[in-house]
Amino acid sequence: MTESFEPRIVGFLCNWCSYAGADLAGVSRLKYPANLRIIRVMCSGRVEPSFILKAFRDGADGVLVAGCHPGDCHYMEGNYKTMRRWVMIEGILEDFGVEKGRFRLAWVSASEGDRFAALVREMVEDVRRLGPFRLPEGTPDQATLAVAAGGGGSGA
Amino acid sequence: MRRYWYYPGCSGHASARDYQRSVALISPALGLDLVEVEDWNCCGTTAMTSVEPRLSVVLSARNLALAEEAGGRADLVVTCNSCYAILRRAQEQYARRREVRAEVDEALAGIGRRYSGTVRVRHLLEVLVRDVGLDALRERVRRPLSGLRLAPYYGCLLGRPRNDFEDPEEPLSMDRLLEATGATVVRFDRKSKCCGGALITTHEEAALELVREVLSEAAAREARAVVTACPMCQFNLDAYQAKVNAAFGTRLRLPVLYFSQVLGLSLGFGASELGLGQRFVPVGGVGKL
Amino acid sequence: MSEVRIAVYVCHCGTNIADKVDVAGVREFARRLPGVEVARDYQYMCADPGQELLRSDIRERGINRVVVASCSPRMHEATFRQVLESAGLNGYLFEMANIREHCSWVTEESELATHKARALVAAAVKRVRFHAPLEERYVEVNQKALVVGGGIAGIEAALKIARAGKKVWLVERGPSIGGKMAGLDKTFPTLDCSACILTPKMVEAAQHPKITLLSYSEVEGVDGYVGNFQVTVRRKARYVREEDCTGCGTCYQKCPKKVPSEFDGGLSHRKAIYVPFPQAVPNVPVIDRSNCIRFQTGRCGACEKFCPRDAVDFEQEDEFLTLEVGAVIVATGYETFQPQEAPQWGWGRYENVLTARQLERLVNASGPTGGKVLLRRDGEFTDEVPKSVAVLHCIGSRDENYYPYCSRLCCMASLKLAHLIREKTGAQVYSFYIDIRSAGKGYEEFYTRVQAEGIQFIRGKGAEVLERDGQLYVHAEDTLLGAYREVPVDMVVLSTAVTPAPGAERVAQIFGIQRGQDGFFLESHPKLEPLKTATEGIYIVGCCQGPKDIPDSVAQGAGGAAEVLSLLTAGRVQISPVVAEIDAEACSGCKVCVPLCPYSAIKYDEERGACGVNEALCKGCGTCVASCPSGALSCRHFTDEQIYAQIEEVSSL
Repeated sequence: MTESFEPRIVGFLCNWCSYAGADLAGVSRLKYPANLRIIRVMCSGRVEPSFILKAFRDGADGVLVAGCHPGDCHYMEGNYKTMRRWVMIEGILEDFGVEKGRFRLAWVSASEGDRFAALVREMVEDVRRLGPFRLPEGTPDQATLAVAAGGGGSGA
Repeated sequence: MRRYWYYPGCSGHASARDYQRSVALISPALGLDLVEVEDWNCCGTTAMTSVEPRLSVVLSARNLALAEEAGGRADLVVTCNSCYAILRRAQEQYARRREVRAEVDEALAGIGRRYSGTVRVRHLLEVLVRDVGLDALRERVRRPLSGLRLAPYYGCLLGRPRNDFEDPEEPLSMDRLLEATGATVVRFDRKSKCCGGALITTHEEAALELVREVLSEAAAREARAVVTACPMCQFNLDAYQAKVNAAFGTRLRLPVLYFSQVLGLSLGFGASELGLGQRFVPVGGVGKL
Repeated sequence: MSEVRIAVYVCHCGTNIADKVDVAGVREFARRLPGVEVARDYQYMCADPGQELLRSDIRERGINRVVVASCSPRMHEATFRQVLESAGLNGYLFEMANIREHCSWVTEESELATHKARALVAAAVKRVRFHAPLEERYVEVNQKALVVGGGIAGIEAALKIARAGKKVWLVERGPSIGGKMAGLDKTFPTLDCSACILTPKMVEAAQHPKITLLSYSEVEGVDGYVGNFQVTVRRKARYVREEDCTGCGTCYQKCPKKVPSEFDGGLSHRKAIYVPFPQAVPNVPVIDRSNCIRFQTGRCGACEKFCPRDAVDFEQEDEFLTLEVGAVIVATGYETFQPQEAPQWGWGRYENVLTARQLERLVNASGPTGGKVLLRRDGEFTDEVPKSVAVLHCIGSRDENYYPYCSRLCCMASLKLAHLIREKTGAQVYSFYIDIRSAGKGYEEFYTRVQAEGIQFIRGKGAEVLERDGQLYVHAEDTLLGAYREVPVDMVVLSTAVTPAPGAERVAQIFGIQRGQDGFFLESHPKLEPLKTATEGIYIVGCCQGPKDIPDSVAQGAGGAAEVLSLLTAGRVQISPVVAEIDAEACSGCKVCVPLCPYSAIKYDEERGACGVNEALCKGCGTCVASCPSGALSCRHFTDEQIYAQIEEVSSL
């Protein structure tokens, strides 16, 4: 079954560092698996827990959030907020039965094209090993999920 | 007493028995409980690393697995620079390279063992300088080696591959340790140059030149003895000194000791119990201090 | 909302996309997506005919949403927005799908790349339905500029801006402007005197009525945005009042405390009160507190006693200034690799092993030996001239143990030094090199000339320098002879790597500049935006961006000035309408968002019982949006429904 399994991974990348790093991987013609689809946000701090839950709900097998290295945030400290929020996101995802290897927070700078490509390769391999993501039995429906995610509210 | 697993390496049971004996003497005196790993094997050094590089890693990994199985979360202490470099290199490759990891796991599974990558490999020098500490060492010196001029010779492997313990070009731990015994440490530019290593058997001419370089500088700096942390270095500098003299017309007569022996002298142990008699170049007055 | 009519364009980008992605297939796929009226593929969408396609579809087919699937939006989003505007459609009714950098260029297999491109296009099409027209905002541009760093690049930038009649603040960390160039003797390949061409510029910068020079000062913080920066500068206490000092030099003649001179690379001494070099600008001494006897013990005070103008002031304290400027040029320069980190080359071990910068001081007439190349013994210069000298290229450069990059200027600088040593001493000079990189006007010719002067070139990197019986030996593998060589020499010169300046990390954080893996500042595009940074209104020039020689640094300084002047002259600048907004009806006034904003753009309004966003301060990061428990906050152009639309498509396709 896992032979032909091509995982879908959704990546939320900040515009200034990680999205630019992904661009650099492209400009450098580094090769990585086609499984990652990137959504641009201005700052990793924009990523709401509901984005991640929704991605899993809608069929993603993995989610990557990437921002500037700590200290380098274009908006000074958005990535620190992401970092704090991530602890809570991990908790929610585990409660919903999403295995650890399926979601990842990473710091990729605009000059780290090679690091980005390596990160994607690694993550795709991890998710491929876990197989397709299935919501566990008795998972609440969309509305409940939205409530769980607090309509986006994480209290930071 | 602090507990460590101890890996003597092949030379510890052969050419460097005096090294091992001096380590066995000084370690309890410094609060170290070194327990030899049971059923250890060769680290996979020298020829193996170039002829069968993967097998070399597997050999190292078995030793590491044994130390982990022995438990207690104790570090694995080695006294040979080559074992130190090879074991750590194996660890690094295992951690970094998936294909190596797969191969090692498979090989170890075949003999019912498992390596998880948690055990720390440390050189005895590091344990003495960092865990015991220079102040504690100084406090235990009973017979300060005042006036004794020593050349600290580290060889090329202690800082390579790069680690957080020693600088590859300018190592300093042994300088500090010898100073703590009260000895005078001479400046020694060739402290991290190669001793010739295994070339001594395959390309003797080249190796002798390297030995001469090291010993000549130590002599020019008026050292009474060269101090090493590696059985291979000790052997090349000591056993081949006469040959160097014959080949280059030099008149070198420098005893080559292990740091553990020098430390032992300062702690009050006798020359013969530290194995100082087992030298090609006699230690002479150095042992009588 | 009127009926959504979407046009989708799939760009071939020549073969860049079309070689990997089945563009016709993606076009056909897009044609069937809901709301899509027009789907086309075309060779180059960014070229004129491509843009025209878009315009005519908007006009003739009633298109009111556009998706271009091509390169990164960081490349061409602005281009296409303008095309929309020119056809009478708001530029924000547009979305790009990045099927080049994120797809065709990074994917091995065609089929997978095509599938991924389809998903990205579907996401863009779904997202663009939810786009709303946004109005660009404009702000006035403050007509003053700040230049940080008083080396040749910074001086050039400041002068060019000032000559255009704009006010400039020139901030320099050290006691004098002049930078690294002030320490050089001759410049390659023309061998004209460095000081002779630099000092007139230094003086002009100090005297220009439009330039305020703040030496011995550092930038501590930056607030605001393009056109309107507030910059906090710390003026470090000199303990000498600039306005009273005449630069007579009595104080440092009388000072009893000797300190190794940084300017001469430790080869001579300065005093605890000093000017770094005779031509310093401003010619006002500073007291180096950590070495001053008065500061350390309370006694002495010779400088104060002897100063004829009473300019010495031990009580002086650091002062803080706030500057209001419209644009900033960062020209903070470089440092050289400190070879004590690499004892194999003998620096610090053997006193006749010098760095190239130290040798620059030796050959300089105002240097510690009056311009003579002399050997040292026991810490002092002798009268003895070396009979043989080795110049080692690439020390720390092109070396994965230290710095992997080529430092670019040292081949030529090494050739220049080889020439000067030969000229001054007649010594046999050996040049140990990996390759000679002499790309530049007149550079190769200079190399040929130096070869003809009898310099011995040995193709092999100097591996180590060791002393035997009082003689230095350079060890190297001569890769032309295929032999290992030990060359005995009297003196060794190390051409050390160009490295980021100390403090570059902090400068980067203060100004919001990104750094590359080598630690140098990152330009916003390596080819087309070499002077811009990720923060609008902040420019980088000179060696802070990477190793450069003098002509390139000067050209960049002038280029940076042109960037600043076009911004200032325009008088107003467009700023992004992508900001957060709060639905006051939905806001419960919990204030969770308030402390999250790094720009203090959110304020709680007591009367309304709700928070509000100050759009002038908001930069649109969206961090507050993600925290709002009642969903009252949203971010324009990055709304939940827009991002949800993308998530739905990329998660399911």
